[in-house]
Amino acid sequence: MKIKMLFSIVSVLLVTAFFASACAAGGGDTIKIGINAEITGDKPKVGEQSKFAAEMYVKEINDAGGIDVGGKSYKLELVIEDNNATAEGAAGAANKLISQNNILAMVGPNPSNAAVPAGEVANNLETPMISPWSTNPNTTLNRPWVFRAPFLDPFQGPVVANFATKQFNVTSACVLFDIASDYPKGLADNFKTAWEKLHGAGSVLQFESFTTGDQDFSAQLTSIKSSGCEVLFTPQYYQEVPLIVSQAKDLGMDIPIMGSDSWGDPQLLALCGNDCEGAFFSTHYVANGATGATKDFIDKYNAAHGYIPGDVAALTWDSMMIVTQAIKNCGTITGNLTEDRTCIRDGMASIEDFDGITGNMTFDEQGDPIKCAVIVQIQNGEFIAFDQACP
Amino acid sequence: MTLDFFIQNFINAMQWGSFLALIAVGYTLVYGVLLLINFAHGDIFMVGAYTGYFIGTFLTNNFEIKLPFDLPGWVVIPVTIVATMFITALVGVAIERIAYRPLRNRGAHRLYLVITALMFGLLLEYGNLALLGASDRQFPNLFDKIIYSIGGITVTNIKIYVILLSFLIMGILWWIVQKTRWGMAMRAISYDRLAVPLMGISVDQIILFTFVLGSSMAALAGIMYGTAFPILRFNMGMLVGWQAFIAAVVGGIGSIRGAMVGGYILGFTQIFVAAFLPSTYRDLIAFVVLLLILAIKPTGLFGVPRRTKV
Repeated sequence: MKIKMLFSIVSVLLVTAFFASACAAGGGDTIKIGINAEITGDKPKVGEQSKFAAEMYVKEINDAGGIDVGGKSYKLELVIEDNNATAEGAAGAANKLISQNNILAMVGPNPSNAAVPAGEVANNLETPMISPWSTNPNTTLNRPWVFRAPFLDPFQGPVVANFATKQFNVTSACVLFDIASDYPKGLADNFKTAWEKLHGAGSVLQFESFTTGDQDFSAQLTSIKSSGCEVLFTPQYYQEVPLIVSQAKDLGMDIPIMGSDSWGDPQLLALCGNDCEGAFFSTHYVANGATGATKDFIDKYNAAHGYIPGDVAALTWDSMMIVTQAIKNCGTITGNLTEDRTCIRDGMASIEDFDGITGNMTFDEQGDPIKCAVIVQIQNGEFIAFDQACP
Repeated sequence: MTLDFFIQNFINAMQWGSFLALIAVGYTLVYGVLLLINFAHGDIFMVGAYTGYFIGTFLTNNFEIKLPFDLPGWVVIPVTIVATMFITALVGVAIERIAYRPLRNRGAHRLYLVITALMFGLLLEYGNLALLGASDRQFPNLFDKIIYSIGGITVTNIKIYVILLSFLIMGILWWIVQKTRWGMAMRAISYDRLAVPLMGISVDQIILFTFVLGSSMAALAGIMYGTAFPILRFNMGMLVGWQAFIAAVVGGIGSIRGAMVGGYILGFTQIFVAAFLPSTYRDLIAFVVLLLILAIKPTGLFGVPRRTKV
């Protein structure tokens, strides 16, 4: 009796599961795009902006009737998965999106420590992925299925080094970075190489590190101060930058402090206050003084969510546009996951002179875009465009 | 290496060590009375910092709900400190009431209490994450920061306050435990919990007093920590808390002097290793030093071995 009942329950479940999966695969006229974002963890603002931008984009496309692929109209559907801003979380979320949710393309993760492992998963499972924000070369290196929207650290490092040399007229620098995180570590190395190329070996006087979660940087900053270098480069995220900058001031340091694109978050202005006034960093786009499509996007985002979007929101918007463009380039959606994913990947690789809101881009053979960087200064609590550097 | 460099790092280490000592003393107080490692203590510290954040932001008129007038600094600082200590003490007492006392009254083994404490710490942490969201918060500026430069050495008034305050608090705690009747009762409970009620002392009251003491110290540490490192995060208590716990063990858990010495030893090793070697060696060397101390003296520097009576 009991066995019979169990058997019937199991069979009912199996039938339901079969129909559910049939529906998911058949899916009518929707195209599923996965968002692998940092909803929780130590960079929640990054994930939030990425998610909001993607949702705005999808709403806009669907309200206009969806996208037209090979004469047939498709709606976009987002599947959002939290990666907790960790390597394990990102790989897990990528696995789930690709194998369970049957997405055709994945947007995210954003920070490199999450994007590098997630890229490995996407590449192995042969699903196109585009990271809106990861600038570490390893994310796309030798991975034909993985693309990105921002420029790379080997480009960004020299941009910062050239700018600092010219702007402050200095020859020696120090670096303070998180050695346990992919992005700061990679960029610190790139900056060091670029600086030593300009000013000779040994011109980076202190190459100091700390580990994720540290809040006291006084020992490292004391070493940096006593080395007598003339500029400090710290490629950190918004949760460390205010602490580093204020502790540097507490120790009586008055040398200029420079950052990288990870600074370009509205949260940095809120947390850093007066201490960051006048600091420079390199980034992808500036909200202030934007025109055209970029301004439209900023206005729409600000109206919907009540704050000026950071670079990660704009780059997510571009990534979504790139995915859509790739689907259009592909031409047909067959319903066969393997075929569609391959077709979208090829569509993405063939994108040329793409006109995004963070600038013009063309993908090289590694899946990296060739585009310009902006140098931003923090003035009166706002990001103001100061200079531009193109490859 | 110049003398300036050494003195500057000495001051840095004093500040960091003071924080570790202030939190370590909370572990030690509760252990001294209950023989319970209160793993929730790091998160009570976090609650203190967040409570200080809310009260401080409210009183300095930076909160969503505004006061109709501005308060002067000499009102804001004491009110924030006292109110934060009071609220955090309530949280500490509530944890004792909800989580520890029912277990203790049923005569549960101490191991279950430790696991409950660990659980309650996580509850506070993720409760905060769920209620307040994952965004970092900026601690309000309670003290106007003044930077003093003497030769090549730079000190802020906040660093000086932190160091002086931690010495003051250690002194007061030592006085309470060693010189007052309440302190005597606290020490008596740790010797023999069965005999103490026979002398007409309420064990529950003394335990409550201990939690009030420990939690309000955590609140004070939270406010000072928030002032020195003004970025608050929901898991800040765990990161600092376990380092302070190790400091307490090295000093000899149960001893206030031990917590203080342990805190400073850990603080000094961490800062000086980071100053002279790559920072990747910092925690490795710091904890090897602590391990060596424990290997030579397993009860910690000031700990007294306890004999189980048969």
